[in-house]
Amino acid sequence: MGKFNVLQHDLVPEHHLVPVGEEDKVLKELDISKDLLPKISRNDPTVKALEDIHGKLDNGRIIKIIRKSPTVGYSIYYRVISGEVFK
Amino acid sequence: MTGGISKRIYRIQFALLSPDEVRKLSQVKVITADTYDDDGYPIERGLMDLHMGVIEPGLKCATCGGKVDECPGHFGHIEMAMPVLHVGFIKEIKTFLDSTCKVCGRIKLTPDEIANYRAKFEDIDMATSDPEIIGMMSKKVTDEATPRLVCPHCGSQQKKVILDKPTTFREEGIKVTPKEVRERLERIPDEDLIFFALNHEVARPEWMVLTVLSVPPINVRPSITLETGERSEDDLTHKLVDIIRISQRLRESRDNGSPQLIIEDLWDLLQFHVTTYFDNQTAGIPPARHRSGRALKTLVQRLKGKEGRFRSNLSGKRVNFSARTVISPEPFLSVNEVGVPEKAARELTVPVTVNIFNMESIREVIKRGSGPRDEFGRYVTGVNYIIRPDGRRIKVTDQNAEENSKRIEVGWTVERQLMEGDIVLFNRQPSLHRMSMMSHTVRILPDQTFRFNLAVCTPYNADFDGDEMNLHIIQKEEARAEARIIMKVQEQIMSPRFGGPIIGGIHDHITSMFLLTHDNPLYSEERTVHMLNYLDIDEMPEPVIKDCKKYYSGRDIFSLILPKTLNMRFRSKLCSSAKERCEYEKEPEDKEVYIVNGRMIHGTIDEAAIGPFSGIIVDRIFRKYGPEEAAKFIDRMTRLAVGFISYRGFSTGISDYDIPEDAVSRIEEISSQAVERINKLIETFRKGLFQASPGRSVEESLEIEILSETGKVRDESGKIASAYLGLTNPSVIMARSGARAKMLNISEVAGMVGQQSVRGGRLNRGYYNRTLPHFKPGDIGALARGFVQSSYKSGLNPLEYFMHSIGGREGLVDTAVRTSRSGYMQRRLINAFEDLKVDEDRRVQDTVGAVIQFKYGEDGVDPTRSDKGKTVDVDYNAFDIENEVVE
Repeated sequence: MGKFNVLQHDLVPEHHLVPVGEEDKVLKELDISKDLLPKISRNDPTVKALEDIHGKLDNGRIIKIIRKSPTVGYSIYYRVISGEVFK
Repeated sequence: MTGGISKRIYRIQFALLSPDEVRKLSQVKVITADTYDDDGYPIERGLMDLHMGVIEPGLKCATCGGKVDECPGHFGHIEMAMPVLHVGFIKEIKTFLDSTCKVCGRIKLTPDEIANYRAKFEDIDMATSDPEIIGMMSKKVTDEATPRLVCPHCGSQQKKVILDKPTTFREEGIKVTPKEVRERLERIPDEDLIFFALNHEVARPEWMVLTVLSVPPINVRPSITLETGERSEDDLTHKLVDIIRISQRLRESRDNGSPQLIIEDLWDLLQFHVTTYFDNQTAGIPPARHRSGRALKTLVQRLKGKEGRFRSNLSGKRVNFSARTVISPEPFLSVNEVGVPEKAARELTVPVTVNIFNMESIREVIKRGSGPRDEFGRYVTGVNYIIRPDGRRIKVTDQNAEENSKRIEVGWTVERQLMEGDIVLFNRQPSLHRMSMMSHTVRILPDQTFRFNLAVCTPYNADFDGDEMNLHIIQKEEARAEARIIMKVQEQIMSPRFGGPIIGGIHDHITSMFLLTHDNPLYSEERTVHMLNYLDIDEMPEPVIKDCKKYYSGRDIFSLILPKTLNMRFRSKLCSSAKERCEYEKEPEDKEVYIVNGRMIHGTIDEAAIGPFSGIIVDRIFRKYGPEEAAKFIDRMTRLAVGFISYRGFSTGISDYDIPEDAVSRIEEISSQAVERINKLIETFRKGLFQASPGRSVEESLEIEILSETGKVRDESGKIASAYLGLTNPSVIMARSGARAKMLNISEVAGMVGQQSVRGGRLNRGYYNRTLPHFKPGDIGALARGFVQSSYKSGLNPLEYFMHSIGGREGLVDTAVRTSRSGYMQRRLINAFEDLKVDEDRRVQDTVGAVIQFKYGEDGVDPTRSDKGKTVDVDYNAFDIENEVVE
């Protein structure tokens, strides 16, 4: 059996890596500094799946998540990769 | 009181108190175990020495000279005859003993390892790093040092130290005395302390062994004087008395050379007292008790848990301007009102600041004194206190009222008693959702209870079997404005839980509306006038002429309370399952409730229309016309319901469950047939011929088969019974309209109670292999496993009664367990969420500003204003527009 890609699972929302060049634009749009964005552990399976595509991702890279919503269709969420250990 | 941050915590340092510091802190060395002399005067150098503060009026503190309220209290100290261990640090002491050499005191690591680890520890900033990470590093180092049996520094042989809980250390079975422990800890050099995450400048390990005990100020452990004049000391003082007494005896025994055994016993006793002084619930030792047998509340007990200092006193707030009493119903109040007893209204006050505009009117109110009544003896607002700008309060009495009314000037505050129309907060615990605390306007009523409209029982989850509720009087204008705009009952009709109304008619309201509209009955003019008398409506509906007399139809009467432009079409609860024609309605079109332009054309009003959680009419009115109209509808609906049902009369009794003789025997027959069938099933099972269903064992399959068999019989008997109980039966009316109970309950009364269960299965616990000694061991037949063939009306035989009680007990246990568990779960959620807030652009943030959600709920939808979780109901809006009257 080949390696399972979590991003292809039906219940996992779309995860996209935000290019470094676009990070400022995103942060400006949200009117927020990077350290106040929600975090995602670098051990998260989705981050690992993204690393399979883009190569190693540094802490501080922003991931854009597009979630399906029954009320508004799609909702967009941003998370920043963090090396912190979450308890 | 004023805003802004005056001080900010820069850092916190945790340290140990050294014996020297304890002495420096101390104002007096306590040497006497006694408290007061015969005259009741504190004994010098005793536990109540005046140097440690004063609690009696008249005396002055010997340290600061302050009087009772001025002196904050001062510490004293006790010199211990022999050192004792501090229970709070036992774990730490154990690590020290384990990982250092008993001879030279160095940590049992090689110089290389020491250099290596030291570099790692020096690499991180002890002050700012995560304490958990430092703790983990330290644990790694000490774990490595512990098992070494030879000291790498001095080469001496090490022995394993065992902790005999709670406070005894043993080395190969031989006790290591606290004195010895202290000496070993003293030998540990400062530079090795970093491996234990200890800052040697402020904490030395030997300070964990007490040689001096700090005595808390008297203010911390005040003695109380009982009515009899007897003095009663605080638990801490009692404990300190014990400590001093034993310490003295120990000192004497040691000094006059008593046998070692006696000294050791006394030493252990001293250790016990000091241990329980800190924590009286230490595992392994019996708690120290009061003479009465009550366990003493010592230091740890003062702080810990729900009744501790933190949760009870610091997080738990108690407030003034509040009242609590029993609640009772009052159908003539609006949902937005609350009835406050006069007695409470006289005590509760609202502060009014005097200005040039209200001065004269306030003077008039003050003149009335503190308990005024009008010429008919009715309640009139008075004044309890007037407050000068400097904060001095002057009590207003009937004698000084006249004079005080003249004294007030601009800037004074007048504490006026409650009056009708004041806005107050009303609350019932447990406050599980925001509707548990809503604002009401005050109605002052006689008698002793708080009263409110029955429709508000649902959000508060209140009934009147002795429930009490709390009332809070709002003291500031801003709070009053918020309460009026967002906390009023009418604003809370829609629940954020499911986007529907949580307030609606209950019990009799539903029954009444059902009776009024089902089959559209006609009422004579006289009766109609009588019913409408309850409402604020002075126009009669369109009459129906029959036999040359005026009649009014129930639906027309109901239409009076509907907004004039309301259009609705929905299925009533009565016909919710009917596809074609509804068996309960005479006219086929009555299957649906039809309201056009505020006039109800057909259908039946029941729970689906006006009940809480489901009430679709309330829901539509709230959405189309807003909270005020919705509240008005509920007010009128409850009044009309009460008016109608009191006039018509409604009652049920045991004879309502009478069914014909042959129906009873048919039920008996099918139930005995079922028992027979179950016996057959068991027989096939015994023969080993029973077929297991997929994925289950034979036993499980059999149980399921039997369970479904008993379920079938109950349903069948219910069907037989309810065939004779039509919509003329009051109980059936209540069940079908959704007012109270289900059809199942009726069939239990009239037909058969059926199978009792525990945890979803048949009863099987009790004696070995059987539930009761009345059955043969191994009997798994219907009756032996809790099948109840009787009905509640016919009565249960003793065996059935017992089985039924077993089933009933499960429900009670479940609720008891559930409430405590969900309470704790909720507490954790509250603590996690308490400082999150939604800002102007609906972003959810914590106090730092870190984002939790970019849009509240990811979609920015207010669930309260959503349509049962969806955004809009297009079909309904289309229907509404279609039927709109063009003017």
